[in-house]
Amino acid sequence: MSTASHDVVAPAAAQRSDGVWLAAWRRFKADRVGLVSACVVLAFIVLVAVSALGWVAKGWQDEVGVANAPPTLLGPRPAEATGAIEVPKGPNADLSAVDPLAPRYADIDAAASKYRTTDAAKADTLPMGGDRLGRDVMSKAIKGTQISVFVGVLAAVLATLIGTVLGALGGFFGGKVGDFLEWLYNVFEAIPGILLIFAFAAVFGRGIGTVVLILGLAGWTGLYRQVRAEFMKHSGREYVRAAEAIGASSTSRMFKHILPNISHVILVRMSLLVVGFIKSEVILSYLGLGVGVEDVSWGTMLAEAQSELILGYWWQLAAATGFMAVFVTAFSLMADAVRDALDPKLRGLE
Amino acid sequence: MAAYILRRLWQMIPTILGVVLLVFFLFKYFGGDPAEILGGLNATPEQIAAIRQQLGLDKPVWVQLGLYLQSVATFDWGKSWATNEAVSHLFSSRLPATLTVMLPILVLEVIVALPVAMWVSYRRGSLADRTLMVVTTIALSISFLVYIIVGQYVFGFQLGWFPVQGWSDSTWTNLTTYVPLPVLLAVFVALAPYTRLYRTFFLDELGQDYVRTARAKGMTEGRVMFSHVLRNAMIPILTNVGLALPGVFVGSFLIEVFFSIPGLGREILLAVNRSDYPVIQAIAVYLAALTMVINLIVDVLFKLVDPRVVLK
Repeated sequence: MSTASHDVVAPAAAQRSDGVWLAAWRRFKADRVGLVSACVVLAFIVLVAVSALGWVAKGWQDEVGVANAPPTLLGPRPAEATGAIEVPKGPNADLSAVDPLAPRYADIDAAASKYRTTDAAKADTLPMGGDRLGRDVMSKAIKGTQISVFVGVLAAVLATLIGTVLGALGGFFGGKVGDFLEWLYNVFEAIPGILLIFAFAAVFGRGIGTVVLILGLAGWTGLYRQVRAEFMKHSGREYVRAAEAIGASSTSRMFKHILPNISHVILVRMSLLVVGFIKSEVILSYLGLGVGVEDVSWGTMLAEAQSELILGYWWQLAAATGFMAVFVTAFSLMADAVRDALDPKLRGLE
Repeated sequence: MAAYILRRLWQMIPTILGVVLLVFFLFKYFGGDPAEILGGLNATPEQIAAIRQQLGLDKPVWVQLGLYLQSVATFDWGKSWATNEAVSHLFSSRLPATLTVMLPILVLEVIVALPVAMWVSYRRGSLADRTLMVVTTIALSISFLVYIIVGQYVFGFQLGWFPVQGWSDSTWTNLTTYVPLPVLLAVFVALAPYTRLYRTFFLDELGQDYVRTARAKGMTEGRVMFSHVLRNAMIPILTNVGLALPGVFVGSFLIEVFFSIPGLGREILLAVNRSDYPVIQAIAVYLAALTMVINLIVDVLFKLVDPRVVLK
């Protein structure tokens, strides 16, 4: 069942069986789909880390290309026949005889030279195209990946923390504490999830930290329920009673003895939460309730892409969708593989 | 049965009370000051004070809570701060549009996903089954937003089969002109998760002993699937439909926003953007109550459909 119980029961000379994590790793290694998707997720995590450190996509806000620059593969857009007024040739007419400002030409030139700006050459094409302002879509997608993944993972950690602590208290102590927490759970479950998120969003405002808080506060109920059931099951087991007999405190029994034995359940639940939270963040940001205006996420990219698509500029939509689809697919497949590896009882249902 | 229903109704009271308290204190202590929201940016301190007095914000917290509980108990939800429209009128005028879109979606989802799931679970492990699982995994990873954006662009803008968005006063025009595109997209999106879910339900039943017995005594595959497996698998499927029912009332806010459908979901989003607290509070409490009542009705219906169910 677990390392802890085996360590207690097995005599030193007997062959030790593998711990739950080692056995899970062995099963996981045999799962090719799981391994490949884990590699993809790892690559994304490296990308997020590199982007967070500022090594890539630092200048995602720089307007490096022409507006709506097409991707390099498509080649530059043909110059539009705008039919502009022809620029007159020859030198400018000399007005200095009649111009009252003529004596101050030198002053004006001197003043103007102070404000001279360098106009960087704008690229006609960008690797994955440019947006409305000529910002590089690839840099935006990388930065957006950083924000979206960051929000999803952090919100999942927050929801897991809340759910685990409350579930542990409710399952271990029961009684008044358990009743109160059950009541709290029922209250949160009674309000439809998206409405709860909206209500929190209305109150807390916008920003990355706020989105994490909102999703975490609205999403802990499922995990609470499962952790509570596990704690109820375990708190009567012999190893916990043995720990009690040698004088382990309630806190120690809850978090040192029971928690490691159910941590695989928590891990599986948490990885499922990440996918859901990333999708929620995208929708919240699209609706303008998510990350702020000076940040970019997959959701804000999709919001911009909607109006660009009508004009035929599909690359930002494709970039955001592509990055998100690859990450979410890989992460869900990895979560499935982790679940199969850690909880073989559930295997084969899906 | 009557005792069971009464007990369930009795148990709802603390939960509803909890929802009311949560909503009240959330907006009271974490939300912005209503007087400042209502007064706008140019309000003078006197105007703010007047609004505070009008809303009863200068009274002690427990008096405010009492007033709020009273409004909940008497179904007097007050008026929207933004439009001065009575919240009860808001419900009654927005709900029909939401139901016009959501009910066809719910029905079609089940009707389409059921046979597909039944078929692939019967041919478990076949190429069709594995292909479907891969396709649904990928389909699930793409945001709902992308489907709507691309769907509107392709079917509404490029091909011109449907109007991109719109709504009218006549239910029939709505159903024939404006509803098809959102329903089509929503059903398409929901197909992936529903098919996967129903497939696991069917697989659960296919592994049962009674299936083997039925086959052993020479029953045709059609009879095994339709009169045994399907009937048993309908129980979790109907439970699932029951769970989805409250969502029909809140509506898919994304669909309503994208297609300019004047439903409840869009109204909630508007209220959130305008910090229109009375509307958000009322909808939260009302939907929580509705969710619980629907769950109770579903449980009772189960007793009627399946005699093995014991109501506790």
